[in-house]
Amino acid sequence: MTAGPEQVIRNVLADLPRHRGVVVDSPPGAGKSTLVVRAAAHIAATGEPLMIVAQTNEQVDDLVTRISGKHAHLTVGRLSAGGYVPPLRMLELPGVRVGTRIQDLGDPDIVIATADKWAWIGGRVWPWAIVDEAYQMRSDKLLRIAGLFERALFVGDPGQLDPFSIVDGDRWSGLSWDPLQSAVSVLLRHNPDLPVHRLPVSWRLPASAAPVVSRAFYPFTGFRSGTSDGDRRLELATGGMGTPHDRALEEAARSGWALLELPNRHTVRTDAEAVQAVALLAGRLLQRGAVASSEQGERPVTADRVAVGAAHRDQVAAIRAAGVPPQITVDTANRLQGREYDVTIVLHPLSGRRDATAFHLESGRLCVLASRHRHACVVVARAGIAELLDAHPSAEPVQLGVPVKFPDGWEANQSVLEHLSRHRV
Amino acid sequence: MSLLTSLARLRALDEGIAQPIATVRHCHLADRPMVFIPLKLSGEAAAPLAAMLGADRDRPRLLVVAQPRNRDLRFAWAAELAGVLLPYVEGFLRDTETVERRNADPYERAIDAPQILVPNRAGVAFVRLLGRSMRFRRADGPYPVPESVPLLGRWLTYFAERAAYPGSSLMPAMTEELGRHWASGQSGLEDANLAALLAWITTGPSDDAEDPLIWPPAGPATDPGFDAEVLAPAMESGSAERVTEALRTQLEPSWRLMWQAIDLLAGLEEGAGVASRWEQDRGSFSGMAAHVAEGAPPQPRRDGAVAAAARLARMERAQAAYDAQRAYDDPLVMAEHRLTGEAFAGEVVDTDPGNTEGEGRSRKLRPLVVIKTDDPVRLSPGTSLGTPQRRAQGAELVSAGEGLVTVKITKGMGRGRTAAPGAVPEIGERVCYTSLTDDFQGSPALPDAEATPWTHGGPPREYVPDDEDAQEEWS
Repeated sequence: MTAGPEQVIRNVLADLPRHRGVVVDSPPGAGKSTLVVRAAAHIAATGEPLMIVAQTNEQVDDLVTRISGKHAHLTVGRLSAGGYVPPLRMLELPGVRVGTRIQDLGDPDIVIATADKWAWIGGRVWPWAIVDEAYQMRSDKLLRIAGLFERALFVGDPGQLDPFSIVDGDRWSGLSWDPLQSAVSVLLRHNPDLPVHRLPVSWRLPASAAPVVSRAFYPFTGFRSGTSDGDRRLELATGGMGTPHDRALEEAARSGWALLELPNRHTVRTDAEAVQAVALLAGRLLQRGAVASSEQGERPVTADRVAVGAAHRDQVAAIRAAGVPPQITVDTANRLQGREYDVTIVLHPLSGRRDATAFHLESGRLCVLASRHRHACVVVARAGIAELLDAHPSAEPVQLGVPVKFPDGWEANQSVLEHLSRHRV
Repeated sequence: MSLLTSLARLRALDEGIAQPIATVRHCHLADRPMVFIPLKLSGEAAAPLAAMLGADRDRPRLLVVAQPRNRDLRFAWAAELAGVLLPYVEGFLRDTETVERRNADPYERAIDAPQILVPNRAGVAFVRLLGRSMRFRRADGPYPVPESVPLLGRWLTYFAERAAYPGSSLMPAMTEELGRHWASGQSGLEDANLAALLAWITTGPSDDAEDPLIWPPAGPATDPGFDAEVLAPAMESGSAERVTEALRTQLEPSWRLMWQAIDLLAGLEEGAGVASRWEQDRGSFSGMAAHVAEGAPPQPRRDGAVAAAARLARMERAQAAYDAQRAYDDPLVMAEHRLTGEAFAGEVVDTDPGNTEGEGRSRKLRPLVVIKTDDPVRLSPGTSLGTPQRRAQGAELVSAGEGLVTVKITKGMGRGRTAAPGAVPEIGERVCYTSLTDDFQGSPALPDAEATPWTHGGPPREYVPDDEDAQEEWS
């Protein structure tokens, strides 16, 4: 039996003063934000100033709200770029100040900003930093801000999408400081003795999903679900009409997974039939009045608790145009990172394709899409993906000096597909 | 590959001739380009075999290594190459202009810059390897080489690195440039064959292009049949003349193709953004020349942490600017963005040139334009827009739906109470707006290399040239 989550958090906090950097790997929904808030309060309690780095404005706002909500006595400064408009809920928080310059913030216990904003700050060194979503952060961003802190806690999910660039970065591959690698990979290659902790329990993923996601995307580090079979239930209030879409929803409600398989065909990216199926599923889910019961109680699955995910932006646009109820989130894997819903509907990245490129095989993409849900995930795909995978083994050139990356996208895809095939409609 | 290019390729296949995918030329074409066709010995990574080069199409120079396995002969060849390339490159340093800069000292920029054209991407890669093998050599110590060789190595490295820089025209790969302007009916891999691609563009596909006896490969790899049947016996005979004449037969056809390709590209009108990108090339070239003149060490074997991040930032900015400029310069490129919903074009159906926002002193003129379009608009309200019709203008999307888009002009309509004449489009005018802009946003500073933080391995060791450099394997 591995250490419980509480023990891991205590170990992390104990390691902080002993090392220059501490890394915490967190699988989807394993309480990463809780850890960041705890660590922030722990450091602030020592009386030393702390800087927090997040990757997007939403993440920063979210952290400000959480820290201020949990520890109202702490003063928090939120640094932002010129054009940023803070949400109202944040301005009302006690102890929170928003400003574009560090001087405008007074001298708060904690200063939070995006990595992009921190890169413009200079002339001061913080004794402590917390870098959130560090696996989504490109190492060149870390290079720009690493001079601002003495010690840092890096928190992130290694299974999510790698950072990318619009230019070809082959000339740097294999270098230990490859600017296209994530901040954590570069940090650990230069400082291999830094402690790496792992949060062992996913509170988001239900018992039906944690083993699947863990096996496919975290094959060596593994995690378990915080809830057990039967703790989470999804019920559809009205009866179905026996259509494939209704049966897919029923299968998902029963088992947590469903694969709505369309006939095998090569299609364009915005496959009209698949897009229609996704939109229909989303609509039916709301119509049938799904109710989710969990350790947090019973609540109806409203539109804001449902998300639709796809690989490409044009697919997202097509799905939106196909008549998905407007309050449902429809977005690409990149943008769904770090978010949580009760039910997700996913257009499989390889559906209808003739080839499986590195983009579509990237394990992080499927991992994000398959790990956003608390209750159930419905995947829409054309038949023939297994054959497609068999016809396209990963054929990327092997670069010298690049550590082998796990999981392999090809294998992860096969693993998820094999599981889904048991819930095929 | 974009939808429009796929369509053009299908049409090319259907009609049996390549289809234009650009209306203007997006690369600079020098008045006096240097064509450089290098060949390497097959089975070796960077063993030069021959090169045909020159700035005069009627008088190509042919330089040959009669026995590429002999290291001394290779460097003698490199010195000969330096004798042709260095005077060409340095010839551009004589005439300069002074450029004033904000927050920095003015600097001297060459009025024109060298342009070295190679047949394909593999040619650029080979130039990089040649540069790598030469720039650390020295004229003294073990295995000395002629003095011009390390200098040529630095220049070749510079050109090959610049070729990876989006929008640069200092070392274009010919097949890539042609491929940016025409879509053939063959695969991308086949497009790397200069003869085949040119045939598609000019007369239609021909089997001759695949026949190495008619059109030998444009390098750097040679035809295996030629290697076995002609080159190997010639080398074994020990007659330099025989080797030279054999290689001439392999290079002359490609030489003719290269100049034919130059003529084809010259036939296109130059895009509006080309001059500014060439200006950057000239600035970069002058910077490199100043670097060499100051006696700075050769380019390092690998980029350091800070140098890599800086280069990446520059390249990303250049890529974004290149994409935007090409779209602004060329309606066919813009059409690709219209298909993806990042741009839209249509007819102005309504305007409100006097619309204002705010009260009192903060009252601002914000003319409204309503455009009727058939394009799928996938931009959200508040997105900032630019337009090729009025380059200086900035606009913002107000709303879009049911084929009507409302746009608010925010910049570039004059300072008066009413918009300057012509600033607001008239009803009936055809306009195009896009979210692509090449507005340059400065990137935040990087630390000095000596201040590389602990997360990236700390400050790097300084490079000190030593005799170890000469011991390097060069095969």
